Amino acid sequence: MSTTATLTTTATPSALFDNRVRIGLAVALAIVFAVVPFLPDFYVTLLGKIMCFAICALAMDLIWGYTGILSLGHGLFFALGGYAMGMYLMRQIGRDGVYKSDLPDFMVFLDWKQLPWHWTGSEYFLWTMILVVALPGVLAFVFGYFAFRSRIKGVYFSIITQALTFAAMLLFFRNETGFGGNNGFTDFKRILDIPIATPSMRISLCVITGLVLIAFYLIARYIVQSKYGRVLQAIRDAESRVLFTGYNTLWYKLSIWTISAMMCGVAGALYVPQVGIINPGEMSPAASIEIAIWAAVGGRATLIGPILGAFFVNGAKSWFTVAFPEYWLYFLGALFIAVTLFLPQGIIGLLRKLRGLRNGAKA
Amino acid sequence: MLLTPDIIGAMKRFKHLLLISFFASMPQFNWAITADVVKAITTGENDDRINALTKAVGTPDDALARLIDAMIDDAVKIADGRAFIVRNGKAIDAVTGVEVALPSNAEDIVNNNRVRSELDNAKAALSLLSPNESAREAAIKALKDNADETKLPLIDKALAKETNAELKAKLQQLRAAMLVASSDKAKRLEAIAALAGSGEPGVKSLLQERLQPSAESDPEVRAALASAIKAIDGKLVWGERLGVIFSGASLGSILLLVALGLAITYGLMGVINMAHGELMMIGAYTTYVVQNLFRQHLPSAFDFYIIASIPIAFAVSALVGAALERTVIRWLYGRPLETLLATWGISLMLIQLMRSTFGAQNVPVENPSWLSGGFPIMSNLILPYNRIAIIGFAFFVLLLVYLLINKTRLGLFVRGVTQNRTMASCMGVNTARIDTYAFALGAGIAGLAGCALSQVGNVGPDLGQSYIVDSFMVVVLGGVGQLAGTVYAALGLGVLNKFLEGWTGAVLAKIIVLVFIVIFIQRRPQGIFALKGRSAEA
Repeated sequence: MSTTATLTTTATPSALFDNRVRIGLAVALAIVFAVVPFLPDFYVTLLGKIMCFAICALAMDLIWGYTGILSLGHGLFFALGGYAMGMYLMRQIGRDGVYKSDLPDFMVFLDWKQLPWHWTGSEYFLWTMILVVALPGVLAFVFGYFAFRSRIKGVYFSIITQALTFAAMLLFFRNETGFGGNNGFTDFKRILDIPIATPSMRISLCVITGLVLIAFYLIARYIVQSKYGRVLQAIRDAESRVLFTGYNTLWYKLSIWTISAMMCGVAGALYVPQVGIINPGEMSPAASIEIAIWAAVGGRATLIGPILGAFFVNGAKSWFTVAFPEYWLYFLGALFIAVTLFLPQGIIGLLRKLRGLRNGAKA
Repeated sequence: MLLTPDIIGAMKRFKHLLLISFFASMPQFNWAITADVVKAITTGENDDRINALTKAVGTPDDALARLIDAMIDDAVKIADGRAFIVRNGKAIDAVTGVEVALPSNAEDIVNNNRVRSELDNAKAALSLLSPNESAREAAIKALKDNADETKLPLIDKALAKETNAELKAKLQQLRAAMLVASSDKAKRLEAIAALAGSGEPGVKSLLQERLQPSAESDPEVRAALASAIKAIDGKLVWGERLGVIFSGASLGSILLLVALGLAITYGLMGVINMAHGELMMIGAYTTYVVQNLFRQHLPSAFDFYIIASIPIAFAVSALVGAALERTVIRWLYGRPLETLLATWGISLMLIQLMRSTFGAQNVPVENPSWLSGGFPIMSNLILPYNRIAIIGFAFFVLLLVYLLINKTRLGLFVRGVTQNRTMASCMGVNTARIDTYAFALGAGIAGLAGCALSQVGNVGPDLGQSYIVDSFMVVVLGGVGQLAGTVYAALGLGVLNKFLEGWTGAVLAKIIVLVFIVIFIQRRPQGIFALKGRSAEA
């Protein structure tokens, strides 16, 4: 735990809105409302997608950057939120599918006569919204309760969460699970009875995603500045001391872990209607590790860092996979190595260092 | 070897000569075949011909064998109700075997596929009486698939003559299989009783077929059938059980090989090496390259390429591992989470490197001839040689690692550095070099695992990814810093996985095992064998 201690947070207790945050918020809101509607379609979808990833990175930062617990299972929570949303979108297709049936196409294909039990209520938007946060939340709570109670920590926890994600991926790949097997859900037509593939719907979804991202940023900022957040950081730096001081770290870790999972679920639910597909590939171990690298590239234990990191890595990905598809994995791999070796505090750390140098030169 | 039409023709002719002389050397047959029988077999409606043929097979003789053979080779012509066998431009009378002049109006006879398969059957039936043991065995096998009552007299004849006890038993079974379909109830019951003694999956499916309501309506016979199937099941179940244990041991040995390297890098050094699977992949690709080199330059010694590739795979992977340790991992000791991410990055780069070099497709790695095939234990249990070899190899590597860690100076240093780095350093151990050696050793063992995997699975850029979760599970379950724990965990998981597969199918079995591990870790966070210590951070 010695290294995480070097991740000193500069956050002295300050107001939720200081000047920098106010300016940042104004810029972000301006982009969301004034720029997004005039972007070409492709960029609207790309921006929306990346903002979903930014929410994941933010969630990862809360649990990893601030509490020191590296989760390799956030892809699972993301996918669960996505699947909950996907079920609703599949029901919204109605009888417009290939087989003109009330059931989703893949069920007709599997010769199922009725919806399986876990699809109950999936036609209601409100129930879907509940599922989007409740599914990842409950899973995270139950899993986290047993894991943290047994004092599983560090790399053990990472590996166990990876195994959980891997098991879930295998489960969702099966047709019998009732989630469309390896094809997942796709070919959505409507959301809230409004056609989904129109430019205005795309822009609306993107704007909503942007607002959710901003809201989550503020929530996260509130959390880390509160006393609760200070305890989380203390757990990250020296859990034993926190324990000996009389705090029951179980509930601190469990609550932030559950909150983080629920944030990921929301991100997944926003992601699916914009991208138009959800399949078990989102649960692959690789996808979860990538979330960690977004946070690391931007800078752990800062709130703006992970968001920047998600934009940087995914922007680079969409550029590389078009321009040099051969070299994307080299770049991503090198990024993993470079960030851990040379930039332990990410882009934000680098900027701080540069500013420190400049200030030093002035002085 | 290229077979030109000339050569094929020559071979065919040679075969014919052999067959003719072969059948001619069976003197015990009398010349019972009559001109009428020959006529019935060669002319008329196909159904009548088949009936005539099956009837004739009941009283086999030399001329019939010759005729059937010739018909299979399309060497029979008919004219005015007489059949002639025409070979090499000479015609002989099918009944008497005397050379005659071929009438000018002779026509080829047409055999459709049904007649042909009946001819093949008849030929197989006739070779039941062949003096050649393996020919008889082949005939029994061929007849088993379409056993019917009409060939009974022939079987009886063959039984009476058969001297080999093993073949006799098989003939008896064949006879029973034919009788099961008999129209006589007593015969059916007798046959079922005989078949119940068999231990073969084929007999079981035969009986199950008879159990269909359309095939058998008599309740007494049905009851007999059911109990016979039960008896066979009782025999088969042992083969199945042993098969599950064997495949479990096989999977376990593979997991053991994969996890042994991890037990050193993770268990002893505390380095989470997510690129471990990719080091295995390098070992597998090394085996592929060595195989190709042998094929090109040393085709005579091709069977031994695998022996040569074992040390080479070890060396290549160990070198890559040493390079990784020196350049990346060295800077991350004591920061396990960062190591995890950095080695993940390494694994991504190695995967892409292999894709760029060898292509995204799997590459073919052949088993040497002495590793292909298997060792039959029971009728439904064959142990493949390559799997047996890997089990042996896994324990060989385990022994080497054990000796290396516990009996050598290097092992002493590794253990020393693991337990107390500062103190080891004070005693004059070059800890940095020991780190490199230990990591290279772990990587080299990964290479050995890859070399072994190339013999049973696909070799492709994704090879490592499919094992990495499993292998970490083994190490975590076994407990850190424990070779014994790794061994038990690997074999236990392998057998557990295969047993569950029998119940639930492969995917669910894997999920259950993963969930089991997750629960187990909750109960015993330090694995099966926890190191005892007083540290609060343990």
